Amino acid sequence: MSYIGTNDKQAQAMLDKIGVKSIDELFAPVPKEIQLTELLNLPAALDDISLQRHLRELASKNNNTEDNISFLGAGSYDHYIPPVVDDLANQSAFVTAYTPYQAEASQGALQAFYEYQTLICQITAMDVCNSSMYEAGSALAEAVLLARDVTSASKVIVTENVHPEYRSVLATYLSSLPMTIETIPRANGVTDMKMLGEKLDDDVAAVIIQQPDFLGLINQLDKIADIVRDKKALLIVIADPISLGLLKPPGSFDVDIVIGEGQPLGIPQSFGGPYLGLFAAKEKYLRRLPGRLVGATVDEQGNRAYCLTLQTREQHIRRERATSNICSNEGLLAIRAAIYLSAIGKSGLKQIANLCFQKAHYLANKISQLDGYELKFDKPFFKEFVIVCKKHSPAEIIEFARKAGIFAGVDLGRWYPELSDCLLIAVTEKRTKEQIDNFVEVLGQIK
Amino acid sequence: MNAQKEEKLIFEQSIEGACAANLPACDVPEIKPDYSIPPQLIAETAPELPEVTESQLTRHFTHLANRMMSVDANFYPLGSCTMKYNPKINEWAAGLEGFTNLHPYQHIDDVQGALELMYNLRKYLEEIAGLAEVSLSPAAGAHGELTSVMVIRGYYNDTDRQRDRILIPDSAHGTNPASCALCGMHTTVVKSTPEGLVDLADLAEKVDEKTAAMMITNPNTLGLFDSNITEIARILHDNGAQLYLDGANMNAIIGRVRPGDFGVDIMHYNLHKTFATPHGCGGPGAGPIAVAEHLREYLPVPQVERKDDKFILDYARKKSIGQVRTFYGQFSVLVRAYTYIRALGAKGIKQVCENAVLNANYLAKCLQTHYTLPYNLPCMHEFVISADRQKSRGVRALDIAKRLLDYGIHPPTMYFPLIVPECIMVEPTETETLETLDYFIETMQKIANEVISQPDLLHSAPLTMPVRRVDEVRAARQLDLRWKKEK
Repeated sequence: MSYIGTNDKQAQAMLDKIGVKSIDELFAPVPKEIQLTELLNLPAALDDISLQRHLRELASKNNNTEDNISFLGAGSYDHYIPPVVDDLANQSAFVTAYTPYQAEASQGALQAFYEYQTLICQITAMDVCNSSMYEAGSALAEAVLLARDVTSASKVIVTENVHPEYRSVLATYLSSLPMTIETIPRANGVTDMKMLGEKLDDDVAAVIIQQPDFLGLINQLDKIADIVRDKKALLIVIADPISLGLLKPPGSFDVDIVIGEGQPLGIPQSFGGPYLGLFAAKEKYLRRLPGRLVGATVDEQGNRAYCLTLQTREQHIRRERATSNICSNEGLLAIRAAIYLSAIGKSGLKQIANLCFQKAHYLANKISQLDGYELKFDKPFFKEFVIVCKKHSPAEIIEFARKAGIFAGVDLGRWYPELSDCLLIAVTEKRTKEQIDNFVEVLGQIK
Repeated sequence: MNAQKEEKLIFEQSIEGACAANLPACDVPEIKPDYSIPPQLIAETAPELPEVTESQLTRHFTHLANRMMSVDANFYPLGSCTMKYNPKINEWAAGLEGFTNLHPYQHIDDVQGALELMYNLRKYLEEIAGLAEVSLSPAAGAHGELTSVMVIRGYYNDTDRQRDRILIPDSAHGTNPASCALCGMHTTVVKSTPEGLVDLADLAEKVDEKTAAMMITNPNTLGLFDSNITEIARILHDNGAQLYLDGANMNAIIGRVRPGDFGVDIMHYNLHKTFATPHGCGGPGAGPIAVAEHLREYLPVPQVERKDDKFILDYARKKSIGQVRTFYGQFSVLVRAYTYIRALGAKGIKQVCENAVLNANYLAKCLQTHYTLPYNLPCMHEFVISADRQKSRGVRALDIAKRLLDYGIHPPTMYFPLIVPECIMVEPTETETLETLDYFIETMQKIANEVISQPDLLHSAPLTMPVRRVDEVRAARQLDLRWKKEK
């Protein structure tokens, strides 16, 4: 099998037409001494049936979140994906097209991107949104590069409760640039306002807050915005899109840039990717936005039409002066997110957010009544919370629950030594009371 | 395409109270959110999202899909993008529940199948590149390119800090200089010869003790394999610099030539081009990078490794540039590429490149009677023609592109590379049939005749798409980037 479109006889006729005797002659520009004389060392080709068997075997070596009950979060969530979202997003006309450079042949994707941009602006209450980034970590790095471009300042303030992987990606992106990252430790679980105020001088390009933060906690975004307002620094908020069915949108607090992980918007967890970086901003940063933008316009007969626009911002024109090199990124997942948000709609987003909130609080309350566990922070949270495990290590609890078909949570000791006795637990709308009660029972059984 | 003249926006179809998902009622005792959350942080009203029924939603996004050209429906010879057919078994594999429903922080013993797949794909890509080690982390080609420049930067931070210049050919993609600038590196342009290859004299003059690397695409964006490639590598290596390969055009050489064998130190792949993973209207793609022995320890973390009989994610690499993305890579894209390689085997992979090159040469040969072929054949997997003859009659490459739409063909890449006037860059790929190739030739000839007989027709093309020519100038001048409710 090689998915080749022509047979040997046709290939010979084509060679005749070209005027060469063999395929080898077509490779004449490639020096003989660098051409392989043998086949690559790869496993033998598999027929379709063997290939399916092989992949099924590989997939079945994994223990998946559908066959188990998952309380894992930390940046990837087991939210409900309506089948209609899969069906519509998997249409081959979307799957097998490329970036919509030819507007007349790509109106469907362009309109979907325009709707996506609108939907993300609606949930974040921001002015403008691009048509996708890779994922949250690199979107955060791009937001900081934008802030650097605007302010010419050299420091970034980030709180310790921003996802450790996002901070790690940011550090990588900034490592070759004259920029430093200052990390503010938490005070009583959340952002230390006093230290934030003290650190916020004229050389700060951006303040980065995650809301709800990596530990699930809700920060006083209104107060943080008050501290950052009138300072040179831009306020960047990393938002969980599902939380915006319950929480006031970042745009209502004078936030400059909102980025986020779009995975909760109908995208499978897929072992961490591909995901979708959300990127929305105030109008005044429009011409500095990384990534692609779709605008509404008309065709030459005055009919409504859409196209890629402001491409002069992009690297093929700005070249060395460009602040981003991003080209194609997550188009199909932006379309998927647009379909998802349209499917659940106004009432659905509110309902899902409320279900997450209620079920997370129900579970937190139940666990804190168990002997050997308590809630780590006495702070408001949304769908995720931290428990202290007093009798057993998080690793022991994870192992015990796993044998009962439950993915108990994420061991925080990996990133935070002071939280090495803590588990981060997430609850989505998919968890039932029965599953939650069962989890509590299992936690109580650990001897 | 079977599309109406206009499709209303989803927001304009809203029916109060409609919802396309049947969500559960709350089965636990409820508390008031303001019981714990400060009231000033709670939304008073829900975001103004559209409200539609499932059938409305389905009609809408089906109508939008009908307003698209795609590889599944159309010949799509977009140069440098390798729009080959994407086998359905790859989609089937990526959709397996054991792959889609995996959380990145599951217990390591619960994700052994995923890690095994990643590890083996890593090994296959190392073999195909002829290089020492592959990282699967980067999310796209441009991201792989950026990661590569970071790796080069990391290497010289350790060994020779003054090297902060990167050489790029004048035919280079615009991401090259942008990627360098993001890493605090500067770029110097190296000229091309009239034959479209790297000018060795200019290279020798520009390379010096501050040169970190040269970024090269080979075959280049003109579809030409640079026969001097080993000499280019020698000049760079003698000066202590690295040779970086933009792997956009790997479809021309996979299975027949390995970058590691012609002196490449570091390169990126585009799995969505060479390894048949779908382009999805612009992503998700994947841009793994491959490096030679001396650059291995600078690769991003985590790396998937095999330790005894177990697969692990290794974060403990002291000299690593760090993480370039959240989690581990574009996993479901990796599943598709893995499936593709396993379906083909070594022989099949070699046939891919040979037939891609055959198809391109066949098209180029047949098109040269009506269009200018600025460079001699043979070409590799793609080639450029110039519409300079047509331009002298007042018809531009853009008009030809738009007219192709009326014949059901997605246009080739236009006006790139910049060094060829009225450039049309054609990449047919190996998956097309002779019938399709001949249809393209006939159509291009027909259009060449239309240029003479009815030039106005070309200026007003396309006539059969859901919209006529789109006013891109107005889009940029009267910016409208989101729908707003009329007050």
